Amino acid sequence: MVEAAPLIRPEAGTAELAVRDLHGWYDESHVLHGINFDVRPGEVVTLLGRNGAGKTTTLKAIMGILSKRTGSVRFMGRELIGLPARAIARAGIAFCPEERGIFSSLSVEENLMLPPTIRDGGLSRDDVLGIFPNLRERLQSQGTKLSGGEQQMLAIGRILRTGAKFLLLDEPTEGLAPVIVQQIGATLRTLKQRGFTIVLVEQNFHFAASVADRHYVVEQGRVIDEISDAELAANTEKLHAYLGV
Amino acid sequence: MFELLGIPPQALFGQLLLGLINGSFYALLSLGLAVIFGLLNIINFAHGAQYMMGAFLAWMLMTYFGIGYWWALLLVPIAVGASGVVIERLMISRLYHLDHLYGLLLTFGLALIIQGLFRNQYGVSGLPYTIPAELSGGTNLGFMFLPNYRGWVVLASLVVCLGTWFTIEKTKLGAYLRAATENPTLVGAFGINVPRMITLTYGFGVGLAALAGVLAAPIYSVNPNMGADLIIVVFAVVVIGGMGSILGAIVTGFGLGIIEGLTRVFYPEGSAVVIFVIMALVLLVKPAGLFGRTV
Ligand SMILES: Nc1ncnc2c1ncn2[C@@H]1O[C@H](COP(=O)(O)OP(=O)(O)OP(=O)(O)O)[C@@H](O)[C@H]1O
Ligand SMILES: [Mg+2]
Repeated sequence: MVEAAPLIRPEAGTAELAVRDLHGWYDESHVLHGINFDVRPGEVVTLLGRNGAGKTTTLKAIMGILSKRTGSVRFMGRELIGLPARAIARAGIAFCPEERGIFSSLSVEENLMLPPTIRDGGLSRDDVLGIFPNLRERLQSQGTKLSGGEQQMLAIGRILRTGAKFLLLDEPTEGLAPVIVQQIGATLRTLKQRGFTIVLVEQNFHFAASVADRHYVVEQGRVIDEISDAELAANTEKLHAYLGV
Repeated sequence: MFELLGIPPQALFGQLLLGLINGSFYALLSLGLAVIFGLLNIINFAHGAQYMMGAFLAWMLMTYFGIGYWWALLLVPIAVGASGVVIERLMISRLYHLDHLYGLLLTFGLALIIQGLFRNQYGVSGLPYTIPAELSGGTNLGFMFLPNYRGWVVLASLVVCLGTWFTIEKTKLGAYLRAATENPTLVGAFGINVPRMITLTYGFGVGLAALAGVLAAPIYSVNPNMGADLIIVVFAVVVIGGMGSILGAIVTGFGLGIIEGLTRVFYPEGSAVVIFVIMALVLLVKPAGLFGRTV
């Protein structure tokens, strides 16, 4: 892949997740053109980029939901390319989809308890309800009867129970009121303190700035830049240009 | 004796009972179809043949091995369900990425093959299967005479249907099934082995058909066409209840059996078509079926 020389070549080794030259397709349409990035243990890293840049597709390719993919995704030293999604989940990665994926035929409680525990050390049901108290009164409701914000809390909360310490969160703040965005931001900082590693897809870069250590900019299926949180202020204009805001 | 609209009560209750019996089979069979359709998105056209296999296997166990009804009730659904597991693994699972029509065509072809094989071997005349001794005879209920075996069929069907409904709607296993019906990709991304769940679900649905076959063996004559005749009505039941709705399949199954029985009392000429008339009306008014989710 000489013609698509990636701009970012992070060092491997210390990374918990190392993505190298990741290509992905929807049927015949080639969407990811060599994604490269690293996530170190305990970090919160964001993927920023415009609509259609390939952020969601990147998460789906890591998670094995996008089956047509090539390149390398190493998680704790283990190659994930070629594994089915269920094996990747069992390896310790949990995924919260952009559309939230709350099941309408399940109650809130059933939604919360659905993802199986893959290892010890996950949050308990009560821990999750402690973080998201709104859910407690609604446990018997139909999952999709919750408000958008509550559904997002449920979507995040249920994957915290599994014991997976590596989270892929796709635009958890999309379409939510500022007060709920703040609550989710606080939650992510708590999770970071508890040792979770998080890859966060975001369009809201103020939110991203408030929680993340580093930011990768995705454009047309490639990672075109990396900005640490400390450099963010100095790079606002560049970022605005990337994101077209 | 009192009469209701000029109908002697014995005739009324007799037809009601017959309706309940037919309804028991409609419910069991449409339940299996609904469970399979929910998760596999395939209309299992082999369902009638698998019901027939159930009855035949019970007959064969009895005739060749002297294994009686009660063991058949346990062994036959397991054996026929296992054949379903093999069929799903070897054939149906290769079609999921194609249009649903292919699954329908495959299972339809399988039904023809299975029925053909049995017809070759056993001809079309019915084979007798005796009612187990424990359930022979009948009970006088005062207002009517209830053959014990028929009462048993209604009871067994009710228990199996409600047990299945409870498992799917109220248990953790059922929550997995409902979730995978809605969004199999996400359920897989939670670490659950969805393909295996699909295989076992098909096996379970097929096992239900075989169980209905065993229950039917002492009532209807065991013959290769018994499923083909019944399954057309059952498809109408499924359409009326709503594709994939568990409770819908059960309620509609019993309900239509009873309606059919009543029609036989009050307007015998209409009894053969009443279910199809209702199907047409339901399709006009509520195309998703009485219990179907309108998406
Ligand atoms: N199911 C699909 N089939 C075909 N093409 C798709 C599919 N989903 C996404 N795409 C295309 O892939 C490209 C990347 O989409 P993706 O959803 O990854 O973008 P994104 O960065 O997540 O955008 P957004 O910020 O809008 O969520 C887009 O051009 C999109 O049109
Ligand atoms: Mg997206």
